Amino acid sequence: MVYLTRKAEFSASHYYHNPQFSPEENRRIFGKCNNPNGHGHNYTLEVTVKGDVDPRSGFVVDLKRLKEILNREVLDALDHRFLNKEVPEFATRIPTTENIAISVWQRLYSRLERAELHRVRVYETPDLFVDYYGE
Amino acid sequence: MKAHLTRRYWFSASHRLHSESMSPEENRRTYGKCNNPHGHGHNYALEVTVSGPVNQATGMVCNLVDLDEFVHGHILERFGHENLNMLPAFGQRVPTTENLCREIFEILQRGFTTAHLEKVRLEETMMNSFEFAGDAEVRK
Repeated sequence: MVYLTRKAEFSASHYYHNPQFSPEENRRIFGKCNNPNGHGHNYTLEVTVKGDVDPRSGFVVDLKRLKEILNREVLDALDHRFLNKEVPEFATRIPTTENIAISVWQRLYSRLERAELHRVRVYETPDLFVDYYGE
Repeated sequence: MKAHLTRRYWFSASHRLHSESMSPEENRRTYGKCNNPHGHGHNYALEVTVSGPVNQATGMVCNLVDLDEFVHGHILERFGHENLNMLPAFGQRVPTTENLCREIFEILQRGFTTAHLEKVRLEETMMNSFEFAGDAEVRK
């Protein structure tokens, strides 16, 4: 089994707010991230797939294809967007780094060919990242 | 749905690698320049990984404010700008980064109960890093 990681970047804005919390609770739990006008990050994404090396091509996965899928399913949807308002799953889920990692996993999982998705890592900043293994 | 959250911190400290159970010659041979009696220092980069189900109401594994507060109060203030050899934790143990990594894991495991502690990763320099996950295997 060989693991292959592809990196990508996207920039997006978001804010944290749960309509079931009172305004006071929202401010207390989410702090500055509760500003309804949003704020942004340069996110770095690492997608790791695993599989056996195809004896003919020498590939675990065709990186060109992986890049196309990643661009179409993830980057086109998230890059330069206000996540809360423009990405359907974040109408009901708070776009935390945790939920972004889960969303990227769900967007990619059934669309990969040959190789299996192993891990999605999302860096919100160089000092904060989330790993999701589909559990 | 379970996610793993990693936060990165920095602190600077000095240490000297020297074991009382070795002769001066053996200490020099084993630790080389790190055995210099006056000590030397590093900028350590610390990564703390916690895991757990993503809370539906907050979208979080744990509130970063709580993790930051704990790490600042119990780890960065304890080790930052200190000589590790002078601290009680290293009275009997050589302050190698292996031992420091394990010590930090144990402090977190004892005191930070908001989320499951998965792993501590400590970079002594950009070239050397150490990982400890207690009894568990380090997950990649």
